[in-house]
Amino acid sequence: MTEHIDSVKTYVGILIALLMLTALTTAVARVNLEAFSVVVALGIATTKMLLVALFFMHIRHSNQLTKLVVLGGLLWLGILLVLTLSDFATRGWIGVPGK
Amino acid sequence: MAEHSSEVASHGARVETLDLREQFDTAEQQKDASTLGMWLFLITEIMFFGGMFAAYTVYRRAYPEVFAIASSSLNEIIGAINTGVLLLSSFTMVMAVRAGQLGQRNMIILFLILTLFFGGVFLGVKAYEWNEKFEEHHIPGQTAFHLEGLAPDQQGHAQLFFSLYFAMTGLHALHMVIGVGILSFLTWQAKKGIYSASYFTPVDVAGLYWHFVDVIWIFLFPLLYLIDRHLGK
Amino acid sequence: MITAAVQEREHYLNASYGIKSWLLTKDHKRIALLYLGTITLFFFLGGAFATLIRIELLTPTGGLVSSETYNKLFTMHGVAMIFFFLIPSIPATLGNFFLPIMIGARDLAFPRINLLSWYLLVVGGLFSLFAMLAGGVDTGWTFYTPYSTTYSNTYVIATALGIFISGFSSILTGLNFIVTVHRMRAPGMTWFRMPLFVWANYATSLIQVLGTPVVAVTILLVFCERVFHIGIFDPALGGDPVLFQHLFWFYSHPAVYIMVLPAMGVISELISVYARKPVFGYKFIAFSSVAIAVLGFLVWGHHLFVSGQSLYAGLVFSFLSYFVAIPSAIKVFNWTATLYKGSISYATPMLYAFGFIGLFTIGGLTGLFVACLGIDVHVTDTYFVVAHFHYIMVGGTIMAYLGGMHYFWPKMTGRMYPEGWAKLSALVIFLGFNLTFFPQFILGYLGMPRRYHVYPEEFQVLHVLSTAGASVLAVGYLMPMMYFIWSLRFGQMAPANPWGATGLEWKTASPPPVHNFDVAPVVKHEAYDYSAVVQEEIEVG
Repeated sequence: MTEHIDSVKTYVGILIALLMLTALTTAVARVNLEAFSVVVALGIATTKMLLVALFFMHIRHSNQLTKLVVLGGLLWLGILLVLTLSDFATRGWIGVPGK
Repeated sequence: MAEHSSEVASHGARVETLDLREQFDTAEQQKDASTLGMWLFLITEIMFFGGMFAAYTVYRRAYPEVFAIASSSLNEIIGAINTGVLLLSSFTMVMAVRAGQLGQRNMIILFLILTLFFGGVFLGVKAYEWNEKFEEHHIPGQTAFHLEGLAPDQQGHAQLFFSLYFAMTGLHALHMVIGVGILSFLTWQAKKGIYSASYFTPVDVAGLYWHFVDVIWIFLFPLLYLIDRHLGK
Repeated sequence: MITAAVQEREHYLNASYGIKSWLLTKDHKRIALLYLGTITLFFFLGGAFATLIRIELLTPTGGLVSSETYNKLFTMHGVAMIFFFLIPSIPATLGNFFLPIMIGARDLAFPRINLLSWYLLVVGGLFSLFAMLAGGVDTGWTFYTPYSTTYSNTYVIATALGIFISGFSSILTGLNFIVTVHRMRAPGMTWFRMPLFVWANYATSLIQVLGTPVVAVTILLVFCERVFHIGIFDPALGGDPVLFQHLFWFYSHPAVYIMVLPAMGVISELISVYARKPVFGYKFIAFSSVAIAVLGFLVWGHHLFVSGQSLYAGLVFSFLSYFVAIPSAIKVFNWTATLYKGSISYATPMLYAFGFIGLFTIGGLTGLFVACLGIDVHVTDTYFVVAHFHYIMVGGTIMAYLGGMHYFWPKMTGRMYPEGWAKLSALVIFLGFNLTFFPQFILGYLGMPRRYHVYPEEFQVLHVLSTAGASVLAVGYLMPMMYFIWSLRFGQMAPANPWGATGLEWKTASPPPVHNFDVAPVVKHEAYDYSAVVQEEIEVG
């Protein structure tokens, strides 16, 4: 496996981006975006996660299997969340009492 | 300096070294396996924390106003600063890995110590925050629990928020403490000169673990501290 | 032919002596035997609870035990059998022993983590054993809240801790297997040359890695709720018991596939060897294992049909539950097709394989009954469900486990078991099993609830039949215990390949050397290629 050695500049740049995004999400929380607030907050968090994963965890340079493993993990978390919520979100959709 | 792989006399009868254990054929195979192993472990951690994220999602959906009020009782500036501290520790961690790639023994030690420092600061701030919750009577399960600004029948829902707050940040903190233990051990190993450009896998995979714990916090911060902050306190 | 030089030749059993050489071993084969001992103990413990249950159910008004004690009996039966016997069973014993050898590796990727996995099972088992002996736990193996978190006065905390710890045993074994299969196959051992037993364990490992952490964190929350009184599932605080059920079954449904997939892997091996034919539809069976692992994660809501879950979600989960039956059916069809025009041998392992196919089919078909929302409303929490899962777990998995044990016994121990007694035991087990559990389908359909020890008089005949069957089954299980142990001293010496099977494991000696192979294998044949294999004669004495 060829070793990609990233530069210090790259890492510093990513760090600065991460710190700025942290400040951004804290500030934006004060703004009234109603239902969109949580979308923005999670969006920023996801961006930060991608920066850490791609650059600090070197997924950029990883092999296919590693990328598949990570995607699989995230997909499975998605299955847990979506299918569980599918119960709570659909109570009362079918007009049978109590369901 | 770490020993490098020696000749294979017959199947399985060679001297085992750190970078080439007897079950592996090449050092590269071992490194690949170790890295894959750590990534698989991290996805078990995604699912482990995921269960709590699922509980959080269900309850926030069910009790949005209470969760918002409970969230606002947390100090988001301290939370944001602590997030920054943890991000700094991730930076120093990846710099330690980079030093490993370059075989720079002293830099490995320096950056591991810096990572430990920032990790320690994070945990210290967390302890302070938890203590604040204790003094404000926001500890769930205690009869003295009371969150201001809520009707009596909503106090239970607020307890749910704080149960999740303590469970999630507690589990996260436990992972940090384990990480501190691991990095301390690695620092000691680095001092002994165990690591080189051809063998620094423990630093590499510990880095993956440390970054993962950081990613968990990246989500915990907005989900716990920043719920509907625009509503004001 | 291999002469009787086994006792002089060095192999993994005699290479080192003393208790430290076992308790600190890194050899996957020794670890497999450590597991074998542990799970056998828990099997008989679970069996003891089952015996008490069946005796209690002989009479409609109970009388042997109180209701509280009865609750503890079925709970501890479930906990012991599921978490400490079935989940580890085939992967931790046969998988640990044979997966590396089957792919031509010297050991698993992480031998010390493998040993740690065993210790975690033992420690978890000790906590649970403590709970059982100190007074028991009565929540049902499913730990539904708020009973388990708030109202039960039994040893929930110790049991929860035990299960939590043993969960990590399962996770680490799965992780170890996945890395091993990806990174340690011998030259020439491509994915599609691997034995199907390896595919089955690989798919199982995926489930272990993705599912177990969720039940672990859920049990941890139950633990926290009992110890620290933080009420995550407490309805008094607005907590939701249905949330617990979602989180619990997210793992516990895929868990049943952890329990059955390795068994299917064993059956693939047995059917091929004893029909002396390559498995029909190799790729279909391989992919169906992975399909079961994936689809198995999408159906857990069928355990919540009557819990208050939304009807819409119930319909979706019911629909998906039908899908997961398809890959299983593919396997059964392909095994049957493998038998067609095969050269069938009725050795004991094959008898178990036949038993598996028949009983698993019944169990699986009744799964379709309960997957149907409308039917499930009537049969859920009745003995119909109890019969359904025992047909799969006992009629399926345990049969396959025993078949595998007999098949692999010569390789693991260098000894043959006595074929006559073995065949008799298989028959006794088959008869005992059906007498125990078939009446339970009828009982459940007629309305007998599960977890009840007091019941209407008209159910007594069926319960008596079931208990009679259970006593036959118990005898059937004791017989292999005895003759396997007997064979260690008095069994015929086994050659390297007594069955004429393909696979790398049959090319190395019985028992194998410490590093599995004397010369590193290079694989040139497809899986199940019988053209090059010669069946060796079994030595007498």
